[in-house]
Parts: sequence; structure tokens; C-alpha cells
Amino acid sequence: MTHLLSVFDVLLAAGLLGLAWLVMASRDLFRAVVLFIGFGLLLSLAWVRLGAADIALAEAAIGAGLTGVLLLNTTACLRRRETVPEAHLSTFARFLTGSLCVAGGCAIALIVADLAGQEGGLAGQVQARLAASGVSSPVTAVLLNFRGYDTLLEIGVLALAVIGLASLLAGDLKPLPAEPVDDPVLSALARRLFPVAILVAGHLLWSGTHAPGGAFQAGAVLGSGGVLLHLAGFTAFSRLRIRGLRALFVLGFCVFLAVAGGVVIAGNRLLEYPPGLARELIVLIESALMVSVGFMLAGLIIISSPPRPRDHFPLPRRGEMS
Amino acid sequence: MSWSEWISTLLLLSGGFFFVAGTVGLLRFPDVYTRLHALTKADNLGLGLTTAGLILQAETPPAALKLALIWVLVIVTGAAASYLIAGSARTAGLRPWRRP
Repeated sequence: MTHLLSVFDVLLAAGLLGLAWLVMASRDLFRAVVLFIGFGLLLSLAWVRLGAADIALAEAAIGAGLTGVLLLNTTACLRRRETVPEAHLSTFARFLTGSLCVAGGCAIALIVADLAGQEGGLAGQVQARLAASGVSSPVTAVLLNFRGYDTLLEIGVLALAVIGLASLLAGDLKPLPAEPVDDPVLSALARRLFPVAILVAGHLLWSGTHAPGGAFQAGAVLGSGGVLLHLAGFTAFSRLRIRGLRALFVLGFCVFLAVAGGVVIAGNRLLEYPPGLARELIVLIESALMVSVGFMLAGLIIISSPPRPRDHFPLPRRGEMS
Repeated sequence: MSWSEWISTLLLLSGGFFFVAGTVGLLRFPDVYTRLHALTKADNLGLGLTTAGLILQAETPPAALKLALIWVLVIVTGAAASYLIAGSARTAGLRPWRRP
């Protein structure tokens, strides 16, 4: 069985390298983006094989799904079917770049081979204190309890980045552009899939306390549901003014900061949860993070989507499709 | 191996066969509409048989229900996506391939 899995791993690695090369070497931008989405899916398989199911979920949802939509929007905003221009590099420059890449790859391979013989890092210490952290998933315990300070600052950086992007793209307090699309199949699909997305997001949020899941993955699913609604022409999200959107972007960071400050006021150190309340506080923070991340991801894509002049599909004329 | 494991392996292998058939169709068929037709085989039959095989190996009933839900969701989104792709191709003016 392990031989079969090794064969699978080798094929997966070869597929990743081949797809990466094809993405880089494509002349057509649209083709490169579609291959990049496939690369993201293979990468999430690689994360599963490495035992990191949380990262695999995030890679599939954000890396392959939402980033793919973002890149497709960008390709549509550029001239349609724009090709990549030829690079004008001398032979010496190509040789230098090639040998630097090969040297860098060999260095990374040597470092990884060196790491393979060492012990498992801090996993033992995390397992020893897992019972006191309030959750039973070691990933969530590290992210939101033992190293909660890192996650707090990460959310702050993410909120700043999205607010900056929204300010650049959407202008000053204007409502976002809304292009209703009249397609019956797409709107029926969106109407039925959005409640499912909410349910799945809630399930991922709750299962993050004891299994792979968590706030980021749940937020990504929520964001995808919002993007689907926008694609189907539901203008409710597009009509939110920038002020309201900014409040939703920073909601997660503010709740996290309030909890951190609250425990300081109650006499503990920064982000040192009271032992009985750890689980409730973590779930509260994760819920706020899920809402924020969902709105941030959906907002990014809705803001950057190109205007669509298209109606529903015209029906074929008589005799054409026979 | 017990009989349920035999049936599960059989279902997984047939699901794999339909995936291969769909991929061969995707690579070899002449235009967008026929390629979509090939992909639906992979989506519905291939994934359905694979999911059925995995349901037989599922540990708890909720896990089996989640697998079935995944299959239903993939079918629904696959159907809508095929409609949208075919409609876009039609609007862009791609005519169906005719035998020369």
C-alpha cells in the first residue's frame, strides 16, 4: 500500500512541476489562469498528503477558488485574450537566471533533506498542553490560543490591505457598481447554493475546534457564496456603501482586540484567556473572524469585477442547432 | 476482504473508468459542446460510483450523508456550469462541429 502511495506522491509532484511550467510558459493569459486554478487543486492534494488538512481546505477554497476568480476578473478587465509579450533577454541573462534558479532549487532540496531526519518540532509540547487550551484541535489551539498574538496581527494586516484596495478601486463612498444579470439558471443556482454555503461555513467553523476547519476556511466558503450571489445578479451586497463594508472588514480584528484588551483589564496578561472561558472566547473570536474574512474575500472580488454588458443567452434561431 | 469491501472496490474502479473516459473525451472531442457532453459522464457517473464506493467504507452515517451531499452538489453545479459555458460559446458565435 505504501508503494502505491509513493507512486501517487511522485505523480503528484510531477504534475505540480508540469503545471507550474505550463502556467509560466503559456502565451494566452486566460489559459494560464485556468491552469493556475488546476495547480491550486493539485497543491491542496499535496497538503493532504503532507497531513495538513486545514491548509488543504484553505488552499482549495482560497488559493484555487477565490484567487482564480480574482485572476479571471483581472484577465477580463484587460483586453480580451491578451497574450504575454515576448521577453527580450540576452543569452547571458537567460543563462544567469537559469543557473540561479537551479542553484536555489538545489539549496532548498538540500535543506529539506536535512530537515527530514529531525524530530517533530513543538508538536509534543502542544499536545501536552492541549487540554488547557479549551479546544481539542492542535492547529486551532496554536492559532488562537498559544500564538494568538500572531493571528491578531495577521487579521489586522489583512483588514488594512483590503481597506486599502477597496479605497483604490471603489472610490470615495460611492455605491459599488451593480450589473443585474437576467439568467434564470444562474440565479436559481445562487438562490439554492447560498444557504448551503452558510450551513457549510457554520459546520467548518464549529468543527474547527476538534477537527480540520476553522475561521479562515469557513470565511472562504462564505465569501464564495457571496461571490456566487454577485455573479447571479443579486445586488444586495453591491449596494452596501463603503462605510458599511469597512465596518464589516474590521469586525473580526475589533472583536479579537476587545477580547485581548478585556483579559488585560480582568488582570491577566495580553491574550491570556481565563481557563474556564477559553473555549467560549475562541469560538466568539472565530465567529467574528469568519464574518470578516467572508466579507473581505467577497468584497475584494465584487469590487474588482469588470462591468458586464451581457444579458441572458439569446435563444438559437430556427434550424441552427439541428 | 469482506463482500462490502469487494463491492466498494468494484464501485471505485468503475468510477475511475468513467473518469478516464471523460478525460479522454475532453482531450479528443472536436468542439466545446461535445467536450461538455464528455465531462458530464465524469461528473455524474464517475463521481457517483466513486462516492457510492466510499459510502460503503464510511465510518459513521453522517459521513456517508456528507459524501452523498457532495455528489449532489457537484451534479447541480456541473449542470449549471455546463449550461453557462455552452451559452457563452453560443453567444460568442461558436457553431457546433459538423462531420466534414
